[in-house]
Amino acid sequence: METLINNLIASGLFGAKPSFDVVAAIVEFVAGAVVFLVVAMPFAGVVTWLERRVWARIQSRVGPNRVGPQGFLQWLADGLKNICKEDLIPAEADAPLFKLAPYLVMLAFILPWSVMPFSSSLILADLNVGVLFFTSVTALTVVGVLMAGWASNDKWSLIGGIRSAAQIVSYEIPAGLSIFPVVLMTGTLSMQGIIQAQGWAPQHWFVFANPFTFIAANVLFVSALAEGNRTPFDLPEAESELVAGFATEYSGMRYTFFFMAEWGNLFLIGALMTTLFLGGWRFPHVSDNVVVMNILELITFNVKVLAVVFVSMWIRGTLPRVRIDQLMTLCWKYLVPISFADMIGTAVWVAIWPDGNAFMGYLMFAGGLAVLAVFVRRVVYYVRRSRMELYFRPGI
Amino acid sequence: MGAFGSYVQNIKDAVATIFDGMAVTASHFVRKPYTVQYPDRMPVRVQDTLPFRYRGILEVDLEICTGCLACERACPIDCIVISCEKDPKTRSMVISQFDIDIAKCMFCGLCSEPCPTGSIHHTSEFEGADYSLESLIRRFVKEPVQAYKPKKGPETDPRIAPILSRGMRYINEFAQPGGEKPEDEAEG
Repeated sequence: METLINNLIASGLFGAKPSFDVVAAIVEFVAGAVVFLVVAMPFAGVVTWLERRVWARIQSRVGPNRVGPQGFLQWLADGLKNICKEDLIPAEADAPLFKLAPYLVMLAFILPWSVMPFSSSLILADLNVGVLFFTSVTALTVVGVLMAGWASNDKWSLIGGIRSAAQIVSYEIPAGLSIFPVVLMTGTLSMQGIIQAQGWAPQHWFVFANPFTFIAANVLFVSALAEGNRTPFDLPEAESELVAGFATEYSGMRYTFFFMAEWGNLFLIGALMTTLFLGGWRFPHVSDNVVVMNILELITFNVKVLAVVFVSMWIRGTLPRVRIDQLMTLCWKYLVPISFADMIGTAVWVAIWPDGNAFMGYLMFAGGLAVLAVFVRRVVYYVRRSRMELYFRPGI
Repeated sequence: MGAFGSYVQNIKDAVATIFDGMAVTASHFVRKPYTVQYPDRMPVRVQDTLPFRYRGILEVDLEICTGCLACERACPIDCIVISCEKDPKTRSMVISQFDIDIAKCMFCGLCSEPCPTGSIHHTSEFEGADYSLESLIRRFVKEPVQAYKPKKGPETDPRIAPILSRGMRYINEFAQPGGEKPEDEAEG
């Protein structure tokens, strides 16, 4: 980044003697805008299409398949339609707060991209507190959501906003505690540092490092789903009770912002899981060419993130929404104690084997494969059973 | 079972049920969707899958219409208008107008029952949406045509014979539903 700025100053693009800080600010602003426009927004859009296709298949439907090849451009059509709509502000709403809220939610969605480790070189800022920064700025969503709920001056919005606040604040605790095992094992909070402490092979990933990290990975995934307001924890926008929750009164572009942030959060969930537990961008060293390696690492990272995103869509298509008291029970009675036990367990584990236990990695990985095999057997069983049911009742 | 036992049991239940639920939904990924992508992405047209006596939009085979006006009289809502007169020179019936207002038609099938030749019959066509009521009036007679005169023996004209046999099959189906199995389900 610094060489780039120095080169730009030397090229005379910004006049004779520009201040380094001004040029740096401009370059970073442009880089941020490019990341936002080229990566974050299209991803959030494409994910809406992907998600609708995945649900459709779960429900034996086809899903949107008319706009573009296999309906791929559906997100563009929806987005353009939404942006062209009138931006309504209710007469009784608190206009300045009402207008501001979507941008805060958007901010909480965009900020984590600055510490997103796409590959060994592709990272905007490798902060030494990267993970902490990541979790704290994603929790900023709650300000925007609560602001939207309050400023709308509408009972549904308010209930949605309050639910969201309660949910995000509660689930921040197990999420934070589940990051601890990894931090204990690596001794760093930097995203790149955590990834470099893992290997490219699955048995060297932290998810298989020991039983405690495996549980921590699952707890983190559940908490991240809850923080991202994803089904089965999408109480803030429960359609059957709250119309659209905190976004009830919004329309047009501001509504699009809310939902872009929500779907974009999926990428953040996937990126956090990938970085902490799934080996990040680690790829076997196959070439000495830095560019080739970076491209391979970028692909590895994105494939892993998309796998996690797919699982969260799959969960959304599987599980019904939980009740608010069940939500809180799950968090405070189950996830918090479990993640505390995890933390202590990992601390003991690290005290016994400071460099990790290589055998455990293989054992856990084999166990994971065994669970996968059992799962595939169940899937085959259900496919067979569905054929039998279809034979007897062709109408279903 | 103590409090801790039920606590562990709850966790076990949650994991097991989610595991099984995910297996159920995963089995749907490998099944074919049930969606019928009407109208443009069908393996066969819906019209071709309908039964022979399906009551779709009415149609008249003027080649075998005798001009007996039985259908016009049978129609309970007068959506059929026929004008037919005797040509003084050739002494044969000439049909100069045969209009059916599909907008009024209620697809009761009473007109095709008394038809002696099966000339007026329902097709399997049902996509009749249009922008104006006028365009829903089907005018079958473009220029006056001679009415069909039934012959004593079997029909010999190779042009008319297949149309007539189809019409007779149609009215036989009304007389004894399901009695005679039609050779081909598809509408010509």
